[in-house]
Amino acid sequence: MSEVLLEARDLAAAIGGRTLVSCLDLHLNAGERLAILGRNGAGKTTLLHTLAGLRAPLAGDIRLCGEAMSALAPRRVAQLRGVLLQQQIDAFPASVLETALIGRHPWMERWAWESAADARAARQALAAVGLAELEQRDVHTLSGGERQRLALATLLTQAPRLALLDEPLSHLDLNHQIAVLKLLAGRARESGMGMIMVMHDVNLARRYADRALLLFGDGSALCGPVAEVLDAPTLSRLYGHPLRRIDAGGSDYFIPE
Amino acid sequence: MPTRRRALLVIAVLLVAVVLSLAGALLVGSYSISPGEVWARILGNSTGGEGSAGSDIVLGLRLPRALAAFACGGLLALAGALMQVLLRNPLADPYVLGVSGGAAVGALSAMLFGLPLIVIHGGSFVGALAAMLTVFGLARGDGSWTQSRLLLTGVIVAAGCGAGVALILSVAPEQKLHSMLFWLMGDLSHAGSPWPALAVLAIGLALVVPLARDLNLLSRGDLVAHTLGVKVRSLRAAVYALGSLLTAVAVTTTGSVGFIGLVVPHLVRLTIGNDQRVLLPATALAGGALLVVADTLARTVIAPQQLPVGVLTALLGVPVFLYLLSRQPKGGRE
Repeated sequence: MSEVLLEARDLAAAIGGRTLVSCLDLHLNAGERLAILGRNGAGKTTLLHTLAGLRAPLAGDIRLCGEAMSALAPRRVAQLRGVLLQQQIDAFPASVLETALIGRHPWMERWAWESAADARAARQALAAVGLAELEQRDVHTLSGGERQRLALATLLTQAPRLALLDEPLSHLDLNHQIAVLKLLAGRARESGMGMIMVMHDVNLARRYADRALLLFGDGSALCGPVAEVLDAPTLSRLYGHPLRRIDAGGSDYFIPE
Repeated sequence: MPTRRRALLVIAVLLVAVVLSLAGALLVGSYSISPGEVWARILGNSTGGEGSAGSDIVLGLRLPRALAAFACGGLLALAGALMQVLLRNPLADPYVLGVSGGAAVGALSAMLFGLPLIVIHGGSFVGALAAMLTVFGLARGDGSWTQSRLLLTGVIVAAGCGAGVALILSVAPEQKLHSMLFWLMGDLSHAGSPWPALAVLAIGLALVVPLARDLNLLSRGDLVAHTLGVKVRSLRAAVYALGSLLTAVAVTTTGSVGFIGLVVPHLVRLTIGNDQRVLLPATALAGGALLVVADTLARTVIAPQQLPVGVLTALLGVPVFLYLLSRQPKGGRE
């Protein structure tokens, strides 16, 4: 029986007066990968931020590694869960290495400076996402995809037990999409990192997630193993557009009509 | 890679600059005093006796004025650095949220009615606090407290204060206009005792330096800071209150000296980077040294006549700022 990283009971989340999720029960074990799918505005990010403790739930409670999220100190929460945000803000210049190093913040004492071990962790994370050569570059000079991979490296430097990723593949070209998903799969397997990923690509979700949570945008949701919940009628209803299932030599793919 | 050693080195270099600027301020003036004699006056064992002219000038005039300049330059630069982090906007300065506008209305009203210096200082402080609380109260609104809302509220309050200042200037009798204009441009000749401002600067630094790493995260966005364990709401409120108070104290002491609060954080950031652990103390020291130098020039360039120090900081600040602006990455993503 593996450890439960995240547990949500009777969860409801709303934004702008619209209830997007209600009565949601969710749990995630160590090493498990869950994909959240849904239309634009269906509440994927709102739910992810609620699960991360970035916004208070409308109702229900969330437990992180066995403790009530609301009772944990912000610093402890940051040691246990990391978040990859949809957008990165770089108002001021900073080097790539410095940006990865901010992931160590929750682990450092107030007066501490980054140690050699912290720098090593940051450099390993940069190498894992293919940015080792760019550590001295200013973040303003990075391309969109490079900036996205840097945000992922910051998350890996933070080394949380649970990673909540909002569109981890945005701005990435095809080979980096697969590389990132393989990297995350490796972390899940080797260090038991659990992850919840907001995704748009149904086929990649099917390949790289264990379970999927479908948000229909009216408060209803469907959660289950990808092989069970991802079928053409359900996805057609989810996206409001007909999808067809194609059998390509043993593996199935969904394509829009 | 940020290290403590490099931070201490930067601080040490700037401390030397501060000492040099203060020494310059004590040595230079319309009444010439030899360096040896200045040194003797400071140690209090001069041959000229306590009440001599040299002693009065060094200890009674130049030293308090130089220390006041240092304290106010430091306060304004530190407040500017805090506002830039708070508003996540490199173009923010201590006055952007209306603090100096409120102070100006308070001080100029007191001048208009011919009230004594202490009331002018008091009026300026009350005005600054009133502007600060107005912006704080209005910008909280629905509790979301976003920086665009804060910025917009501040700019509007500042505009209102600007109208108030214009009104006072247009009804003021001619013989009072001169001192009003000096106040508006910043002037150290009525600074008074430097100790309150120095104490506030020391307390301000002691409060923000322990929070510097949290501020590093805040400068990268509220959400990022939140995900990494920073208590964003209380930190933002604290930074806003502190930045405004530091500005209020500086403006009360010297009037609204321009450009220090905008340019010094930029100069320091360009030289040593944006790590707030070094940036905040370095900015305070550099701002202090710069205002000491500017004030020394202000009272010597066309001596015996004095220039408002704000004119010199602006003459220095405008070209530097335009240069920085032209270096901003074009079309960078936000």
